[in-house]
Amino acid sequence: MSAAGRTLLDKIWDRHAIVQRDDGQTLLYVDRHFIHDGSRRAFEVLGERGLRVRRPDRTFGTPDHYVPTSSRDMAAIDDPDARLMVESVTKNAAAHGVTVFGLDDPRQGIAHVIGPEQGLSQPGMTVVCGDSHTSTHGALGALAFGIGATEVSHVLATQTLWQRKPKAKRITIEGTPAPGVTAKDVILTVIAKIGADGAVGHAIEYAGGTIRALSIEGRLTVCNMSIEAGARAGMVAPDDTTIAYLEGRPYAPKGARWEQAVALWRSLPSDAEARFDSEVSLDATSMAPMVTWGTSPQDGAAITGRVPDPSGIGDLARRAAVSKALDYMGLTPGTALSGIPVDRVFIGSCTNSRIEDLRMAARVADGRKVAATVRAMVVPGSGLVKRQAEAEGLDRIFEAAGFEWREAGCSMCVGMNGDLVAPGERCASTSNRNFVGRQGKGARTHLVSPAMAAAAAVTGAFTDVRALLNG
Amino acid sequence: MEPFARLDAVAVPMATANVDTDQIIPARFLRKPRKAGYGQYLFHDLRFDDAGNERPDFVLNQASYRGARVLIADRNFGCGSSREHAVYALWDYGFRAAIAPSYGDIFYGNCLKNGFLPIVLPVDDAAALCDQVRQRPGARVVVDLELQQVIAPDDRLLGFAIDGFRKHCLLAGIDELDFTLRHRADIESFERDQGNATPWL
Repeated sequence: MSAAGRTLLDKIWDRHAIVQRDDGQTLLYVDRHFIHDGSRRAFEVLGERGLRVRRPDRTFGTPDHYVPTSSRDMAAIDDPDARLMVESVTKNAAAHGVTVFGLDDPRQGIAHVIGPEQGLSQPGMTVVCGDSHTSTHGALGALAFGIGATEVSHVLATQTLWQRKPKAKRITIEGTPAPGVTAKDVILTVIAKIGADGAVGHAIEYAGGTIRALSIEGRLTVCNMSIEAGARAGMVAPDDTTIAYLEGRPYAPKGARWEQAVALWRSLPSDAEARFDSEVSLDATSMAPMVTWGTSPQDGAAITGRVPDPSGIGDLARRAAVSKALDYMGLTPGTALSGIPVDRVFIGSCTNSRIEDLRMAARVADGRKVAATVRAMVVPGSGLVKRQAEAEGLDRIFEAAGFEWREAGCSMCVGMNGDLVAPGERCASTSNRNFVGRQGKGARTHLVSPAMAAAAAVTGAFTDVRALLNG
Repeated sequence: MEPFARLDAVAVPMATANVDTDQIIPARFLRKPRKAGYGQYLFHDLRFDDAGNERPDFVLNQASYRGARVLIADRNFGCGSSREHAVYALWDYGFRAAIAPSYGDIFYGNCLKNGFLPIVLPVDDAAALCDQVRQRPGARVVVDLELQQVIAPDDRLLGFAIDGFRKHCLLAGIDELDFTLRHRADIESFERDQGNATPWL
């Protein structure tokens, strides 16, 4: 990297490098570590070696993957293995002096929702969690990435990780998207353009007027899905929006330390002369609400488009992959995406379960009814999002329309808690992965924005939400 | 961690791009204890039908590929979820190395932490190797980490790169946690400096 200018990634990396080896490996310090109910194995490793959590004050936990969304009662978990997972995070946290937001705490929720919400994720930090969607926290100007179970135990014991510095890719998006085109549509467009492996080995910095104009919630949605383009981390430089979002949050710095922190955060954005390893530019004015039709997040198209025809694809491997995906999805080539009927609608997940997401969905649902053929549910990202939504009356709008109003958790994004889509059922989902079997064996997942999910719920089929917003 | 030994083993071709870790091991098996063994869950829904019978068309179920220890994959193998169980499943089934043009970044790291070698080869070399083992089911490849080379069934030598530290840990079976704990003084010194510079953290 040129000495003349440094990227946001360079600046955060350099501040956290403890040891740099000639072979490219760096011992990197971790500022914030989130644990959840999938972290059981990592604590077992710690126990086997007689090690303690090095920095319990830097570690925060919450159960999210296995928690029931029908109630906050542990007894609602039928599966004893799943109950053990949920209990383990509270038990392990207590044994090591780690703060945990348990099922009985209104601050419980999806780790990637509550980190920003509590002010635990801040600009310039290194943030890790044993979950690939940790890239979400990069929206605050942090270097945030998912790790595996062995790495979780390594962070618990040493507060560090051995890492090779990723390459830097800048994705610049300019222009004001049309009403009804949201952050989710922006990131689905990005992934469709660069591909599911388009950013392997890279950290993405999202830049440009479109990103600057997004709220933190929108930026969280964009950074969340960086991993679906292969990037372990996605980030947005801190600005006035970031600072305004963090001010006054429970774990944000206060008083003189706040001033000191803001001064540092202001110095983090990439220098004007900084060079990136690769650059991509997109125009947001031409973007439309997106729907995925296949079994990879890269398989996205505008709602005005059609299911692709494999016979028109020159690359034979790609042709075979598309055929296989359409077969699994039960779709006929050339079918208009608008009008494809759905059975299930899921509004939730670390991608789209924040208050703005729920407001947008409620705006579409308001005064309408969920189609008789559809079962729809809304799962807030945290207990506090749920509380806020209820204070605004969103729960009443959803329930009047026929949506189920649930408790916070990962829920149907991955179905570990039993919230599953049945084999062969088609689901409009605001989550992040349409992989084969992701929402349940044989489940057919289409990724959409909260507005598009609500539109599918009330019309019974994929519909261009822009028509409903105008009406 | 088990030291990585030179392999001379049957290789399985899997010429599909973007094989995600949800395919390698579906989410419903992740709650099982590590000790229970994960080999039976590897590629579970591709390998078995709804009645639990083997799908004869799936590559691992074909007689020539039984006992394979090397998986030859396409680009972005192991993308998606960070679940380390994907590596446990490969390992418990008997695989010790993969060869692909690229991997999901988190999966790649998880492999190295478990004694499993993820080899990166140029797209054309990986594709040619995949074709060879597809055309000659049961063909063997040699994986030599010490020399950083793969010997294809047609005896072609294919070199690969790996960070020295990673190679050393794999060959010696060194768990990096033990190694890092020796850097305790460096970590403590870093924390003191950080505490002075950014006291709000």
